[in-house]
Amino acid sequence: MLKFSTGIFIIFILSLVSINTTLAKDTHENEAQNTHNESEFNAGKFIIEHVLDAYDWHVFSVGDKHFSIPLPIILYSQNPELHEGKSFHIFMSYKFHHGHDDYKGFRISHSKENSGKIVELDAHGEEIGKPYDFSITKVVAQAIIIAILLIWIFIKVASQSVANKNKAPKGIQNLMEPVILFIRDEVAKPAIGEKKYEKFMPFLLSLFFFILLTNLIGLIPFPPFGANVTGNIAVTMVLALFTFGVTTISGNKHYWKEIYNPDVPTWLKIPIPLMPIVELAGVITKPFVLMIRLFANMLAGHMIVTVFVSLIFIFGSLMGVAAGFAISPVSIAFSVFIVLLDVLVSFIQAYVFTFLSALYFGMATAEHH
Amino acid sequence: MELVNPNLGTIFWMLIIFGIVLYILKKFAWKPILNALKEREESIANALNSAEEAKKEVEGLKADNDRIIAEARKEKNQILKEAKELKDKIVAEAKEKASQEATKSIELAQRQIESEKVAAINEIKKQVAELSVTIAEKVIKKELSNKKEQEKMVDGLVDDIKLN
Repeated sequence: MLKFSTGIFIIFILSLVSINTTLAKDTHENEAQNTHNESEFNAGKFIIEHVLDAYDWHVFSVGDKHFSIPLPIILYSQNPELHEGKSFHIFMSYKFHHGHDDYKGFRISHSKENSGKIVELDAHGEEIGKPYDFSITKVVAQAIIIAILLIWIFIKVASQSVANKNKAPKGIQNLMEPVILFIRDEVAKPAIGEKKYEKFMPFLLSLFFFILLTNLIGLIPFPPFGANVTGNIAVTMVLALFTFGVTTISGNKHYWKEIYNPDVPTWLKIPIPLMPIVELAGVITKPFVLMIRLFANMLAGHMIVTVFVSLIFIFGSLMGVAAGFAISPVSIAFSVFIVLLDVLVSFIQAYVFTFLSALYFGMATAEHH
Repeated sequence: MELVNPNLGTIFWMLIIFGIVLYILKKFAWKPILNALKEREESIANALNSAEEAKKEVEGLKADNDRIIAEARKEKNQILKEAKELKDKIVAEAKEKASQEATKSIELAQRQIESEKVAAINEIKKQVAELSVTIAEKVIKKELSNKKEQEKMVDGLVDDIKLN
């Protein structure tokens, strides 16, 4: 029964992937026809647009009509005279009409340099630079949805575990508790140590579940899910920064001594502080690697799925519609395989990020032996 | 290149979002969940410990029982042994006493018999003497009815006396 329903679910997701991407492709093709007057399918652009952030949340398109969820755009400009005398602007993204129109001296740029970004325009309609952009983009909106989901799920789990004190866990509590125990017993305790792990548990758990839920929700290909959040470098950068911050704050005397005055021959420290430089580089490299690993893995997953789907349209535009239909079972089969692989990768990456963070905390709090 | 170029606005919002998630979850979710988990683990550990203790106690009781039974058995054996000894002693004593009694009564009987015998013999002697006297009287009476005979007799008597 379970297998059957899982199968149905996968087919459901799969059909949505193909529908969603088909619609996206149509949009793109229409745009391409409108702007560049070319009918050929541009797979590269299609894929990149699919994984990039956006100012509105595209749902579907019918012909020339695009249906998107508008998102708030928040801008701060240093040239208020160009924008009706105000420097601070909040408006909804539909004012841009999917990037076709200018609004209050702002435009979603089509230029090579700032493509897809909001730019400021001077009186003649020329791009003069970018304002400070604090818009709630698709990625930010998705992150907010995930934050609300996380808080909702875990406050529910918490209330259940308080109500079921010293009893067997039930429902969603039963689903989450083994994972929480896994993080505690297999990640935090071995990496940080029995004595100090408790302090880091809230951070590690939040990190793990945020990354896991974001990864998994990124695989559901329809709004309000499916945004490529953990495949956005700004997001992974913030997560890595949090790990870096916690490591730095909790670093003890021994940790800092090992960085600035490690136990190496003196000539490695004086006159050129060779080892301290290497150690400091290591301090920076650790969160940097965390950032890149999660970003690249999730981005690659999203991209490969999109590539397999665009194969249909590449074949379709090169050899006619029949070829596109002919290749579609193969494309779909590969897409399913990659999506399933991505489910696995979602767990692995969430685990790896959390485990490495725990290791760094362990290093920062280790006592001198 | 936009892919690897972190967007300032996204960083700003993500810092706020993840910060809030971290704060709220830490305060309202992880603390109660982790505490509940810990408490449950402790209560399970306690339950297991007390079960272990109860088991040990039961084992102790069993050992005690065995010891008590063994002791009781030993005591029983001892009591039986003592009783047997006592019985033997009593029987032996009784036997000795009985034999002593018997000896005593036999002795008494013998003494009585002896004295009865002596008395009887004396009686017989006395009766014999009386009889003899009577017989003698009768004989003498008969014999002394004539003179001759009287004299003869006296002579005989005198002879007898002389012989004595």
